[in-house]
Amino acid sequence: MTQVNATCPMTREQVVNQYFLEHRAKLLDIAAFLDRLDRTQGPGSADFRETAMKEAVRILIDGQPQRAKRVLDILSDSTTELPQSAHGMKGASGAVRPVAASTGGAK
Amino acid sequence: MRYIDPHIHMVSRTTDDYQRMAQSGCVAVTEPAFWAGFDRSSAQGFFDYFRQLTEYEPRRAALFGIRHFTWLCINPKEADDPAFAREVVSIIPEFLKCDTVLGIGEIGLNKNTRNELIILEEQIALAERYNQLVLVHTPHLEDKRKGTRLIMDALSASNIDPGKILIDHVEEHTVAEVLDRGFWAGMTLYPDTKMTPQRATDVIEMYGSERIWMNSAGDWGCSDPLAVPKARLEMTRRGHSMALVDKVTFDNPLSFLSQSPRFHL
Repeated sequence: MTQVNATCPMTREQVVNQYFLEHRAKLLDIAAFLDRLDRTQGPGSADFRETAMKEAVRILIDGQPQRAKRVLDILSDSTTELPQSAHGMKGASGAVRPVAASTGGAK
Repeated sequence: MRYIDPHIHMVSRTTDDYQRMAQSGCVAVTEPAFWAGFDRSSAQGFFDYFRQLTEYEPRRAALFGIRHFTWLCINPKEADDPAFAREVVSIIPEFLKCDTVLGIGEIGLNKNTRNELIILEEQIALAERYNQLVLVHTPHLEDKRKGTRLIMDALSASNIDPGKILIDHVEEHTVAEVLDRGFWAGMTLYPDTKMTPQRATDVIEMYGSERIWMNSAGDWGCSDPLAVPKARLEMTRRGHSMALVDKVTFDNPLSFLSQSPRFHL
């Protein structure tokens, strides 16, 4: 794993002063999103993206380095199979579908 | 201040954007061929697109003192039909003679299919045959890590020097492998699906400033043609030296792109 100690030129206090409000807002967005899921109408079980997000959230407070990389790893396809064609595949969803593969908008 | 945006799709942007980029210090752009938001119905559609990239856009950019260079290919999304893709690839060599063409790109994978991989390998062979630089698109979201590894394996099977290949859209889970295997890495500053200026700056702090650049990949989607100067601002806000800021937004693109004799400012 890459050595990451002391690579940011700012002090801890400077980082908090500069970024806290921005990330406080993003944290509240996630909290409100989860609340919104709770308030939805009708029956429905947890979508695979919801499950993946909750798994990823645990990484945020585990005290270990490289959280962004590890969150991305959770949200990445680990299979080795290659479909012949993308025909009929759905768009990229941001998390790994439990069974079938996915699609999308490459640019 | 001056910078290079080495990956932006100006065919999708307005002339106002060229003006704002010039005012922000942009002196050159390089524009890879990409998916236009819809599948083209014939190879002739690509012929016209390649003419737009090699004839029209350089003139439009020049109005604002910006040098415009381009990369040609069939993009991975439209490469899933091998017969169609081969028809498009067959018209590329005549455009490789144009003064502003730097290489083959952005080739790569979209959904990591066998069809896409076949055409990727054939376009890598084209680049090798014509001694061209290569610009690589990596898949989005959950497909990125797997696709990036497949692409690197395909590239490593060729005889192209990895120092002449840039793998774009890296993120925290792919950048280390790309750099470790000797390739150049590009970070795309793109809302929602790729990097923010803050994360891109984090990556430079953690993985260093060698063989890495930043670009906007501005296109027809939600994107920002001024993303590179915004990342420069983010780096200076953190206290990084202007030498480092210039290295990743000007010197590094200049070094990589100058491997093509056609690139000059």
